[in-house]
Amino acid sequence: MSASANSGVGPVRRFSGRSKRVLPGFGLSLGISLFFVSLVLLLPLSGLVVETSGMGWDQFWFTITDSRVVESYKVTLWTALAASVFNGFFGLLLAWILVRYEFPGKRIVDAFVDLPFALPTAVAGITLATLFAQNGWYGQWLAKLGVEVAFTPLGIVVAMAFTSIPFVVRTVQPVLEELSPADEEAAVSLGASDGRVFRKVIFPSLWPALVTGVALSFTRSLGEFGAIIFIAGNTPYVSEVTSLMVFIRLQEYDYAAASAIASVVLLASLVLLFAINLWQGRYLRRLEGR
Amino acid sequence: MSITIDQISKTFGRFHALRDVALDIPEGKLTALLGPSGSGKTTLLRIIAGLESSDSGRILFGGEDVSNLHVRDRNIGFVFQHYALFRHLTVAENIAFGLESLPRKQRPSKAEIRQRVEKLLEMIQLPQLADRYPAQLSGGQKQRVALARALATQPRILLLDEPFGALDAKVRKDLRRWLRALHDEFHFTSIFVTHDQEEALELSDQVVVMSQGQVEQVNTPTELYAKPESRFVFDFLGHVNVLSGAVKNQKLVQGDAWVSLPGNRSEQEAQLYLRPHEVHLARAPSVHARLPLRIDAVSLIGSEVRIELVPEGWHSEEIWEIGMSHNEFAQQNPSRGELWFAVPDVGHLFSGDNSQPKTVDWLYVEAANACNM
Amino acid sequence: MDTGHRRVGDQPWVRRTLIGIALLVAMFMLVIPVVVIFAEAFSAGWSTFAGNVTDEYTVHAIGLTLFVAALTVPLNLVFGTALAWSVTRFRFPGRKLLITLIDIPFAVSPVIAGLLYLLLYGRNGWLGGWLASHDVQLMFSWPGIVMVTVFVTCPFVARELIPLMQQQGSEEEEAGVVLGASGWRIFRKITLPNIKWALIYGVVLTNARAVGEFGAVSVVSGNVRGETNTLPLHVELLYQDYNVVGAFASASLLAAIAMLTLVVKAFVEWRQSRPIVSTPEKEVS
Repeated sequence: MSASANSGVGPVRRFSGRSKRVLPGFGLSLGISLFFVSLVLLLPLSGLVVETSGMGWDQFWFTITDSRVVESYKVTLWTALAASVFNGFFGLLLAWILVRYEFPGKRIVDAFVDLPFALPTAVAGITLATLFAQNGWYGQWLAKLGVEVAFTPLGIVVAMAFTSIPFVVRTVQPVLEELSPADEEAAVSLGASDGRVFRKVIFPSLWPALVTGVALSFTRSLGEFGAIIFIAGNTPYVSEVTSLMVFIRLQEYDYAAASAIASVVLLASLVLLFAINLWQGRYLRRLEGR
Repeated sequence: MSITIDQISKTFGRFHALRDVALDIPEGKLTALLGPSGSGKTTLLRIIAGLESSDSGRILFGGEDVSNLHVRDRNIGFVFQHYALFRHLTVAENIAFGLESLPRKQRPSKAEIRQRVEKLLEMIQLPQLADRYPAQLSGGQKQRVALARALATQPRILLLDEPFGALDAKVRKDLRRWLRALHDEFHFTSIFVTHDQEEALELSDQVVVMSQGQVEQVNTPTELYAKPESRFVFDFLGHVNVLSGAVKNQKLVQGDAWVSLPGNRSEQEAQLYLRPHEVHLARAPSVHARLPLRIDAVSLIGSEVRIELVPEGWHSEEIWEIGMSHNEFAQQNPSRGELWFAVPDVGHLFSGDNSQPKTVDWLYVEAANACNM
Repeated sequence: MDTGHRRVGDQPWVRRTLIGIALLVAMFMLVIPVVVIFAEAFSAGWSTFAGNVTDEYTVHAIGLTLFVAALTVPLNLVFGTALAWSVTRFRFPGRKLLITLIDIPFAVSPVIAGLLYLLLYGRNGWLGGWLASHDVQLMFSWPGIVMVTVFVTCPFVARELIPLMQQQGSEEEEAGVVLGASGWRIFRKITLPNIKWALIYGVVLTNARAVGEFGAVSVVSGNVRGETNTLPLHVELLYQDYNVVGAFASASLLAAIAMLTLVVKAFVEWRQSRPIVSTPEKEVS
């Protein structure tokens, strides 16, 4: 065998220092990532901190506890909650039929689940508003039942549920796929009823993913804007969401107030995000036995 | 090209993967790094390759320090445990990858590369699979392609991480023989990692036994098997029967069992290690040993009959195993539930804290006694 | 022995009921809305639709939207790939934090995203004041729109790549290094073919979101018709002007992009689920 190990043909890379990375591109890729994260994410976030810290506690408190704003928190919270609970049920149902059953059009339904992610929120907004309007395809039937959706908080729930249902389906689906048929077969062969097997065997392995999906759906709903404003009617104290409050303050050129309200929403979302990440990390560790 | 491993240490967090490992790998030999999982053997192999860096110590190839040389420039061949074939390249493209990666000045022409690849494909006896993708190959075929890919750039050092770990028994045996033949033909310096003692003993010129980040013993397979220098090596290399007791009046005693230790005047705790082939069975105790055992199971499969026995009137942590030829078995006809006596021919005595065993040879002692009479 | 019933929900009546309910929900929630978009867009006939789509302001909005996407997608492609490479191929302190940070745009309301940029780069902003004194205006013009769009869409490529690259591990790349390949060669020949489909899907998602972003853009755009109006903002303007058919005509273009995204995703998933070629694996490991 010829050729030499290190007789010095071509550039010979020698390490300096202790860190010896085998794969190339550590400096470059991390450099790009950090530069980007700092410039695109962290710098603007710090701008918000600067703006709010400049306004003084009293004024800050006054702004975020203004009664119209407080009403908007309430509306946002309960509609987001309602929407994510709805999505918990129907997201699970959709995931279940997509994993467990074969039926014509399954691939199409599977593809359509992602529609809310792909469809611009403004388009979703005007579409839902049109559907649920008094003379719309859904609105006219609902009106006969005495249910009003468009221009009421119920419209907010509809918009939120629409935009965030994929979160539940896409988090639950892979877990359902991984469930071992043997556990269920064992339970069924021992004579357990389906309901019992679902509660005792399936649900325990499913619920961490379901909670994650519902929490993601909730977080997304808290911040939703585009789809909501067209259908909500935006009546002060009744159907204004907090994102809209921020937007209104911005239109009034009251940047300080907008920042104060935004910082409340942002804090809530970030806490939720970190909680979800921690939670996911923990249950994944448990499932993988790490 | 010889390899010198000079005081290599490596920690992962709080885990000491390697502690001051020093080792010489002779040129042109096939060396096995043998040890249980977590013994640091794979880490050592990766440090030699340059895929991992050590916290301290040096690696020398043919006397030259390569510790700070990037893996790319060490010119070694490395076969990964799970082959790491490029799944989007064909077999031929996989093999050609190293050659095509050479700097332009050293790179052979396209035609030459094609020729080299063809030769390598013939060497691994798979010329008909040149255009297949890795996913279309069986485990054994993948392993061969991985070897051909590693050898394409003609490295003088070949490193293999658990080369036969993922293969079934039959394929493993074939590949072992093939690798040995390949090595004998080209004589590169090779190191392979394994946890399989049989594989290490059968395939290599030199075995390095590792445990808990340290080298336990280095020797040729024959010497290693015959003269293990520590309890660990003894335990790790095949089955061993142990009589653990106290030395009194030149006898090792535990319960109803004893073995004479002529000339041993120390009085302390000791363990006698006996390989299955170093003991034979008898209906009655011999003059130098009384080891009553009851037969628990008889296994007829294989070139030897393997008999498992349970101590009677004394105890042993593990079951005893004694081998006998089918011929002997037919004559003596030991069967389940019977009480027999084990008679050691050669044994290895570990006494006190001494990690080095002393070999006791009763056949020799008897022969000597017979001469004296 | 009840052989037909081995897993929960296998009985025909349970199956039919569940599928029935789910399909009904999917129909009302997901399918009919898409139908409505196109029905409304064409409700006044083909020629009106054509007129609406070729309207001067609509054409400008389409152009601006495509321009924004054309800047955003390559930026996030580079960033997402670099981030995925650094967090899946190396261990370093703060790695987990970096993975969490990249999720922030998912959790931040688009309006707040817009606000963040406005605060920093607006005329009274921290950097904006300094920029203004140098005659640079980023907000209420196209650079601002690009900036917030980059913010909103930056997780998509990385999110698609990280799980895949983690699962694939770095053994193939290590093998490439041992064989002496340069970093670029390793990336191009080994990594890229392995992540190609996830990368394409990440790009398509980034594009869909970049084209359709509304909340963040509406904060920083200033909504000047024919200047800083993107297609989603244009939809809003028309809708507010009670030009519903016009609004849906523009919306149908965005919906078409969304449908295309779904098709690409289905195709990518089909490609990924399929092994490169069938495997005649005979040996057991």
